[in-house]
Amino acid sequence: MPRYLATRDIDWTLLLIVLLICAVGILQIYSTTLGTNLHSAWWKQILYILSGLVLMGMVVPTDYHGMLHHVPMLYIGSTVALLGTFAIGEQVFGSRRWIPIPHTGINLQVSEFAKLVIILLVARYLTDLRKDELDVGEMLKLAGLVLIPTVLVFEQPDMGTALTYIAVLAGGVFIAGLHWKYILIAVLCVGITVPVGLHFLKDYQKARLTSFMDPDQDPQGAGWQVRQSQTAIGSGGMFGKGVTKGTQAQLHFLPVPDKDFVFSAFAEEHGFVGVVVVLALYFVMIMRIVQNAQTAPERAGMYICMGVAALLLSHILINVGMVVGLMPVTGIPLPFMSAGGSSIWTSFLALGLVNNVRLRRFVN
Amino acid sequence: METELRSRSIVVIVPPADRNTDPNFLEQPQLHDDTRFAAGKIAIFQYSTVIIFLFLISGFWRLQVQSPEKYEERAEQNRIKSRPLYAPRGRILDRDGRIIVDNHVSSALLLTRENLKLEDLKPIAEGLDLNAVDLQTKVGRISRSPKYVPIRLKDELSPADMAFVNSHRDVFPELDVISSQPRLYPHDGMMAHVIGYTGEVTQAELDSADFAKYKQGDVVGQFGIEREYNDTLTGVDGQQRVEVDNRGQVRQEFKMDEKPAVPGKDLQLTIDLDLQAVAEIAMDGKNGAVVALDPRTGEILAMVSRPTFDPNKFTGRISTKDWNAINNNPDKPMMNRAIQAQFAPGSTFKPIVALAGLESGSINEQFSVHCPGYVTLYGHTFHCWQKGGHGTLSLHNGIVHSCDTYFYTIGNKMGIDIMAQYADMVGFGHPTGVDLPGEAVGGVPSPAEVLHKYHRKWYAGETVPVAIGQGDLTVTPIQLARALGGLAMGGVWYRPHLVKGQAPSAKDKTEWPLDPVHVEDVVDGMYGVVNEGGTGVRGAIPGLDFCGKTGSAQLESLDKAKEMAAKGLNTKENAWFVGFAPRRDPEIVAVALFEHGEHGQFAATIVRDVVKAYFDKKARIQTWLQQHSAVSASVAAVSTLGLPGRY
Repeated sequence: MPRYLATRDIDWTLLLIVLLICAVGILQIYSTTLGTNLHSAWWKQILYILSGLVLMGMVVPTDYHGMLHHVPMLYIGSTVALLGTFAIGEQVFGSRRWIPIPHTGINLQVSEFAKLVIILLVARYLTDLRKDELDVGEMLKLAGLVLIPTVLVFEQPDMGTALTYIAVLAGGVFIAGLHWKYILIAVLCVGITVPVGLHFLKDYQKARLTSFMDPDQDPQGAGWQVRQSQTAIGSGGMFGKGVTKGTQAQLHFLPVPDKDFVFSAFAEEHGFVGVVVVLALYFVMIMRIVQNAQTAPERAGMYICMGVAALLLSHILINVGMVVGLMPVTGIPLPFMSAGGSSIWTSFLALGLVNNVRLRRFVN
Repeated sequence: METELRSRSIVVIVPPADRNTDPNFLEQPQLHDDTRFAAGKIAIFQYSTVIIFLFLISGFWRLQVQSPEKYEERAEQNRIKSRPLYAPRGRILDRDGRIIVDNHVSSALLLTRENLKLEDLKPIAEGLDLNAVDLQTKVGRISRSPKYVPIRLKDELSPADMAFVNSHRDVFPELDVISSQPRLYPHDGMMAHVIGYTGEVTQAELDSADFAKYKQGDVVGQFGIEREYNDTLTGVDGQQRVEVDNRGQVRQEFKMDEKPAVPGKDLQLTIDLDLQAVAEIAMDGKNGAVVALDPRTGEILAMVSRPTFDPNKFTGRISTKDWNAINNNPDKPMMNRAIQAQFAPGSTFKPIVALAGLESGSINEQFSVHCPGYVTLYGHTFHCWQKGGHGTLSLHNGIVHSCDTYFYTIGNKMGIDIMAQYADMVGFGHPTGVDLPGEAVGGVPSPAEVLHKYHRKWYAGETVPVAIGQGDLTVTPIQLARALGGLAMGGVWYRPHLVKGQAPSAKDKTEWPLDPVHVEDVVDGMYGVVNEGGTGVRGAIPGLDFCGKTGSAQLESLDKAKEMAAKGLNTKENAWFVGFAPRRDPEIVAVALFEHGEHGQFAATIVRDVVKAYFDKKARIQTWLQQHSAVSASVAAVSTLGLPGRY
């Protein structure tokens, strides 16, 4: 029996931290859906987490090199599936993101699972280069590959998830080693294209951006969500209002308090102290994943771990930044806390990738 | 072993193929698969992560530690709403305590202004069938008031309105349905002019002193008793603090913080519903007015004006269609003819002329006049209504047969000043002081007035028609009732009023020292009108000393009447009747004005019905009391305990 695939090599610290975050999430979902017709969400979340753990367990033994080998197929498959959401996707809140699975009542969000494919794609591509510095042509090729699913997701429209793809790409490219001058050029390009890009944003996306700049300017329109979220967070104060006592969440002033705004509901009921504790957990989680990247046996494993770290970090930055008013409103879930199967499963699958790499760290 | 082999081979082979051994790649730079090159960049990533988390925590620090009070306040503003508890208005009761006007439980729609979106006004107005422009003006007007003061959008919500509100709760969270208790008025416009109606206070009213203590959106009395006694009937609205969710649905009521509404005080009228009903029925299909009052106190027992309107239409928001229908009606249904119709009294003025003649000494009761059907004075022939003439009459028969010639003669004899003086004495040309808004005063012609108004001298010929209640003399029905009632009382006039239990004041009573013999002469004449084959025989009530006087007043001069007739207007004379009973110490005096009724005898039956109803009721009560003396004793005992239970 192979020594290095022993279960004790699984990153138990990481898993423990993640499960703590999950527990906080379940508690918060329980609290905010109390007395609503969504109250079954908390035990559904437990089921999602348990099945997420099973999925993770299934991913760990399958050597990630095999997965990398199948990246072209995975890439084509996920792109087709993303195209499929336009054809048969369930439209919810004006956006087509979900593909219903018959007879289960579950809607799969393809763009969530596609994140894993992006991570593998970036890892595979950059590993294949085997150079210590990336040149622009190669970077543009990779960017082109990532951009196809990104544009598809952006058009659903789901700006937040599209941004996480870019984050994975950016993280990979950064690690792969892009010369400083190219980074500078890229920053300049973004600086120029943002005003132009604004022109192509949908109205609600523009409204979200402007409301991010000044949420009080339009307290009833697009700034409403940010304003309510900030009100929830601020009114939580240092120690919070207590579980099920957050008026903003309990009286539904806070939008989707079990999903995208779960963290502001948490901040309302547990205050600044609770926020610091949970953010610390997330911080340790990211750091553990980065550590796994550092101990990876070779580049492929490192890129995968760094991809997962970049993905989760971007999620935390975009989601938590949004609820606290530091980032524009983009509807993406907070990993391991927001209610929802697709997000939980994807996050656990990503953890599975990390552990997959970890278990094979002593290869050389 | 196999696994070991495979994982070893990975380093060399994967992915996707062995590029190091592939000759095509030989010329490329040397390939690496170690991760050391990335160590520095991973460190940068770690530092970035630290910065990102600090950045996020700074956001929470700013909100939760630096200024939590600001956000707590916002959260409370979201959650806690003040909503008014509308105080029900006091009920209006008749003299026996029977309910005339009550309230009923209904729903009112409020537009809360804390979260009001101006662009919502139009769809809301459309959905509720309101005028969008009106609503916008209203919102603009109230903008100075504090935000928690809501706008009262609509009362008496229809099922369609409720459906609209319920189906748009998510879209228009500013709509709030609360319970209200609007007025429920009698059907078919019964007593509409006396009671009046309520409505939302208008800007013009707010600017007036009467409504100084009211604010935008308050419901106030705008007509009749509702207006006159608005302050009594209006309660004090309370306030309630409730916890609401984002849709404005109430989650919790804070009973401790509640300021309960204080209902308005009930108002007991002097109106007797039994008499009122009789008078209403008697006026069915006619235009005109009835006033019945107790000359001993001035208490109004019945007051009717026709045509009438339905005040229930005003309690919600009157539709433009209904308002136009009422406002454009040439018969002016909104006019309370009992206090606002000013017409020549015609022959009903004759008893006062007779009294003036006797009191001033111009004539005595034996004074006789021969009536050939006309009299010529100042070169002008004045006709008696009886073309063939009445022959020779004394004062008594002059009144009984309402002989115009007789009164032309004595009026001319005493002159305009004396007639005007006595008309003034009985209250013509002055407000009676009835407790209703908008009373008209009529007018008494006199040389002084003509000089003042037209800057000309009085023509002697003008005196003559005044003696038969024509010319420029105009009175209102209530003035006539008060005047004749006080005359029958022997010279004591009380201020007519509609509300019981008012503290009497010196102004309420006017007294003139009249010679009782003269009063008796006039009263006996009026007795003869009804009971001795006079003009009012139709009013006779068997077994009752009912006295009265008919009147048929020309609306216009004959020339003008022809002109009007050509236009298709009704030129028939107005019919008046004033009657009281009993002959000595009268208990009730009633006046009927029957517009275009042609002759006073047609008004006489109306007064007869009312007076008869009064005495019938009195007899019924006496019979009942005799039969139930034991019961009545106990009822009296209970009532001295002051227990509630007027019924």
